[in-house]
Amino acid sequence: MLLIRCPYCEMERPEVEFRYGGEAHRIRPDPNQASDEEWTEFLYFRANDRGTHAERWRHAVGCGRFFNCLRDTVSDRILATYKFGEKRPEAG
Amino acid sequence: MKFSFASLARQALSGHQGWPEQWRSPDPKPAYDVVIVGAGGHGLATAYYLAKEHGVKNVAVVEKGWLGGGNTGRNTTVIRSNYLWEASEAIYGHAHKMWATLSQELNYNVMFSPRGVMLLAHSHHDEVAFKRHIHANRLAGTANEWLSPAQAKEFCPILNIDPGIRYPIVGAALQRTGGTARHDAVAWGYARAASALGVDIIENCEVKAIRRDVNGAVSGVETTRGAIAAKRIGVVAAGSTSVVMAMAGVRLPLESFPRQALVSEPLKPVMPCVAMSNTIHAYMSQSDKGELVIGAGTDAYVSYSQRGALHIVSATLEAICEMFPIASRVRMMRNWGGIVDTTPDRSPIIGKTPVPGLFVNCGWGTGGFKATPGSGHLFAHQMAKGEPHPIAAPFSLDRFRTGALINEATAAAVAH
Repeated sequence: MLLIRCPYCEMERPEVEFRYGGEAHRIRPDPNQASDEEWTEFLYFRANDRGTHAERWRHAVGCGRFFNCLRDTVSDRILATYKFGEKRPEAG
Repeated sequence: MKFSFASLARQALSGHQGWPEQWRSPDPKPAYDVVIVGAGGHGLATAYYLAKEHGVKNVAVVEKGWLGGGNTGRNTTVIRSNYLWEASEAIYGHAHKMWATLSQELNYNVMFSPRGVMLLAHSHHDEVAFKRHIHANRLAGTANEWLSPAQAKEFCPILNIDPGIRYPIVGAALQRTGGTARHDAVAWGYARAASALGVDIIENCEVKAIRRDVNGAVSGVETTRGAIAAKRIGVVAAGSTSVVMAMAGVRLPLESFPRQALVSEPLKPVMPCVAMSNTIHAYMSQSDKGELVIGAGTDAYVSYSQRGALHIVSATLEAICEMFPIASRVRMMRNWGGIVDTTPDRSPIIGKTPVPGLFVNCGWGTGGFKATPGSGHLFAHQMAKGEPHPIAAPFSLDRFRTGALINEATAAAVAH
């Protein structure tokens, strides 16, 4: 089980308190302007990186807020957690 | 060497000292007609049918680790074909038919045992969804029937149908022709048969790059055992497919999640069938060695670690103990994870990619083992002819652009 630091509660809490929210930093294109390719990309394609992966988590049974997280998908080690709207930190 | 009563008797008389290697372990040649990336069941089956049915014998199967050491050796061996949509019934049904004669086809005992697969319903919603599946299956000629709780218990006597439990069993969908097979034997059987037809199986050979020619078409792979030229490359790398395809600049709608399973200490035969519960993420069968084989749901997050979190398996075991109280004091011997490549519609992707000469067979997610023979058979057709087999045609990569999805999120029988 992961031990995740919620950047709002400023506490490390066990994974069962959180819900995974998928890849982070995705930007929804305007559906009226987007090509089929752009819309397909937005709907169905995700990073699925082997290595550092930026992802959303929600502290579901804590503060209830979404935040972002960098995690190594080979070791499952969490490299950083940071608030929504903050820039993705350098990995490490 | 062909396995037969005579060969067995001969080996028995000589103390079983004379059994030859079951497949060759050659060094890679500089060039092949086809390179398959990934020596799991699907990759080996592809190579076998390429050689057997299409006469393409100059084939290499390259594998980063050892043969059958990924999801082929990590799954829970369930075979069934009770999916919802016609395209799915066709593709899983194609594989299901092939299981019946696979041991004879390969001259290798894959221990296919059609003991029945029962999907347990715990709520009105489950019941409605399962009955819809049953009707759809019957229209498509796939056997599937509804059982009352009492009938389910008759079929599987250790099932707890007490209406007072947390997730009571309100009925079950039974596919009597479903069952299990020996997963390792499937990989070994295909490896042996493919090798005998001239296919080179090259283990400990990790693909590091996919080469392209001036027109953008593939021209070969670079591996830890040297460069191998090939005009056609088929990637069958399950959870690592995204990583391999990125070498050719191809992105796929896949996410790789850990999926856990575990086995108990060996017991006398107590479990006559496969029982699966989608709602509470647990299913169980019993291997011929006597171990209870238990599958759990997937972990929530993308990972390549081949292990998952303890709270996932503990929730599964709680559900198992409630449905099968007999298991409550059984000790678990081993627990492991595999990396499953899931697509947004939980159906596989088989076919060509935007890169000429590069083909992919992936996205089997949590339920690829059951499809092994059919998947290899259809993918071999795709690679030999360049065009999809009619059964595989709906499972193109292009469906995510056109919107012709094949949504099997319910039939996958594992909560994602």
